[in-house]
Amino acid sequence: MSLSNQQLERYSRHIILKEVGGKGQAKLLNAKVLIIGTGGLGAPAAMYLAAAGIGTIGLVDFDDVDLSNLQRQIIHSTKDVGKPKVLSGQETIYEMNPDVEVVTYQEWIKADNIRDIIKDRDYDFIIDGTDNFPAKFLINDACVLAGKPFSHAGIIRFNGQTMTYVPGQGPCYRCIFKNPPPPDAVPTCRQAGVIGVMGGIIGTLQASEAIKYILGVGSLLNGYLLTYDALKMEFRKVKIAQRKSCPVCGDNPGIHQLEDYEQAHCELK
Amino acid sequence: MKIKINGEDFMFDHDALTVDELLIVHKIEMPEYVTVQVNEEIIDKDDFASFNIQDGDEVEFLYYMGGGK
Repeated sequence: MSLSNQQLERYSRHIILKEVGGKGQAKLLNAKVLIIGTGGLGAPAAMYLAAAGIGTIGLVDFDDVDLSNLQRQIIHSTKDVGKPKVLSGQETIYEMNPDVEVVTYQEWIKADNIRDIIKDRDYDFIIDGTDNFPAKFLINDACVLAGKPFSHAGIIRFNGQTMTYVPGQGPCYRCIFKNPPPPDAVPTCRQAGVIGVMGGIIGTLQASEAIKYILGVGSLLNGYLLTYDALKMEFRKVKIAQRKSCPVCGDNPGIHQLEDYEQAHCELK
Repeated sequence: MKIKINGEDFMFDHDALTVDELLIVHKIEMPEYVTVQVNEEIIDKDDFASFNIQDGDEVEFLYYMGGGK
């Protein structure tokens, strides 16, 4: 793949980096990243990946843009309220960078559709930008079973966390959190609030992981949980071991099929 | 004993504490929803009553974070 003059100029600050170069930029343009959830985490992740020239970006979200989203979901604007988030996101990305093809999936991920969505374009890397535990565990299990790398993240109040799963190279999300908490046991952003910048900080970290994975440079957050406390302005990178008894990636896994967990109704929206 | 909890030093007037005891002494809210790692090994919930934490151990309390949108 050779880059056009316009592309050489658009991506010049990338191309000048020895870790990227023309070859790396071509890798990014050929890469396919699936972003599940086009909200606090997914919005900034999608925008930076689009600007970076990721050639194919899949956006998954069933929701429409709500006025209360705009405090943090910067891919959507006031004019987009009421519009499906995946379409609003697609429009923003097309305005940012015509090199990117955006594939939209206006649906909730479930045990019976997530494999098809991941397979649809054979995505290289998956970003979990969802806001609930059933989705987070489903993404983990689907990626582990399909052998796909993904970035997990969660944000609430002034806190965020993220980890990266790479098949065969370290723990999965279930190694740390074996099972979802009971519905309503742990509050979501909707119930507890979240500082608007948190999705930007953590979502951008997720985009960095996707880009590094595609380029094959540096160290990823596989084997680590990175936690961020904005009030203390403190990052901690906690080393995590693979759990031998992990139900999905352990020595003797019990999970071979995907399942939908229950979620308190108020958290679904 | 002196142990590290989430990177910070803490002193306890005990020679050892089980994970269950530490959760109480350290006043962890909603202990049923915390993952406990000791010296880079995740402790199974079934072992919380028997696993002993000793001087010099490094303990991490890891919390579910569900938000994202």
